[in-house]
Amino acid sequence: MTKKLWATFALISLGTSAAAQDSNSLSIDGEAMVTEIAAPSHMENVDTIYSGWRFRSVETQALEMDDFDNPAFVFVEQAEDLWDKVDGAAGKACSSCHEDVADFAGLRTQLPRVDDGELVTMENLINECRTERMEAEPWKWSKGNMTAMTALIGVQSRGMPMNVAIDGDAAPFWEKGKELYYTRVGQLDMACSNCHEDNYGMMIRADHLSQGQVNGFPTYRLKNAKLNSIHGRFKGCMKNIRATPFKEGGDEFKALELYLASRGQGLSVETPSVRN
Amino acid sequence: MKRALILTLCTAFGATAVAAGDVKPADVVYEDGVVNASLTGQAGDATNGRKVFANRKQGNCLACHANSDMPEEGFHGEVGPMMDGVGERWTEAELRGIVSNSKMVFEGTIMPAFYIDSGYERPLDKFAGQSILSAQQVEDIIAYLMTLKDS
Repeated sequence: MTKKLWATFALISLGTSAAAQDSNSLSIDGEAMVTEIAAPSHMENVDTIYSGWRFRSVETQALEMDDFDNPAFVFVEQAEDLWDKVDGAAGKACSSCHEDVADFAGLRTQLPRVDDGELVTMENLINECRTERMEAEPWKWSKGNMTAMTALIGVQSRGMPMNVAIDGDAAPFWEKGKELYYTRVGQLDMACSNCHEDNYGMMIRADHLSQGQVNGFPTYRLKNAKLNSIHGRFKGCMKNIRATPFKEGGDEFKALELYLASRGQGLSVETPSVRN
Repeated sequence: MKRALILTLCTAFGATAVAAGDVKPADVVYEDGVVNASLTGQAGDATNGRKVFANRKQGNCLACHANSDMPEEGFHGEVGPMMDGVGERWTEAELRGIVSNSKMVFEGTIMPAFYIDSGYERPLDKFAGQSILSAQQVEDIIAYLMTLKDS
């Protein structure tokens, strides 16, 4: 068979249109969420961005529409207790310095961000408070107390549009994250883009491929019945393609988090979301 | 040192260790993406190939390709083309090339190369230096795919 004919077959398979996202609209306890919006101009290959919520089953979607049904709120309540709990040599709790957690409205939309030349995520900010001000042990990146606290602080921004800075100081981190997004790794030799840009909307066996948006993290997954951090999810993806994951909290995953957050500019923060 | 030892053990006991007489992944000859010579010198077993096709830890082909020959399996993928009639669309040698390393034909494809043991980055240690499938498993899958005819 000639090369030309092979190429024709390749084009036919590429041309298959995606089953795509559904057309449901999300409101949580009556507040409307933006789950679809024009892609930011830096995205060259995608016209419209969608929240992962749009790719889930009706049953899973329903769990996020009412905080009473959303299993993640068990953990948010645990974090409310942690908020007032004194820990560390300085004898302080979060509430010793921060009067009201609601003051953090908007923070989730801007993270990760560059502080003093370093890219920081919400986990970094929490641990900086713990070690510097409370003189307490840092929390592990994806453990329960950390994901509970990122959920509590994140939910204060729920409904607000994602809006991370990608220029200025952030530019080199963003570029690095973009490069990682398009770099193939693992024995299966795949990049994030192969599934989440080229094939979102398709079924990969029983899973409906989403755009890999991070606007709902930490996310409660039915699969493991707990809150999952962004970096923990990256790790899972990398293992699926038989790649050695980068370190949670390391430079690579922080850069990738910034890049992915920027691919979701304008989507509502859904923290804490529910996924499968 | 420790890593070298782990690699040696993996190669010795891994499911995809190269059997004597098999064409090694690096020695497979592609002509315009086509691999004419059998990787094992033996006929493939279509019955086993059908199992390897569906097995999530082996070919896991069903993750991306729907296949009407497998109504007993739920959730067929839709990332790649359907497998119905694939044994008529392609020759055995063409299928051998596509399964072994589809990137030789379809530039930029998402489809993994099932018979390469190098050229990929950051593999998990337990898969380093190994191909996804053994030469025999590739031949078995090809034998199975050749049974998938239209009509």
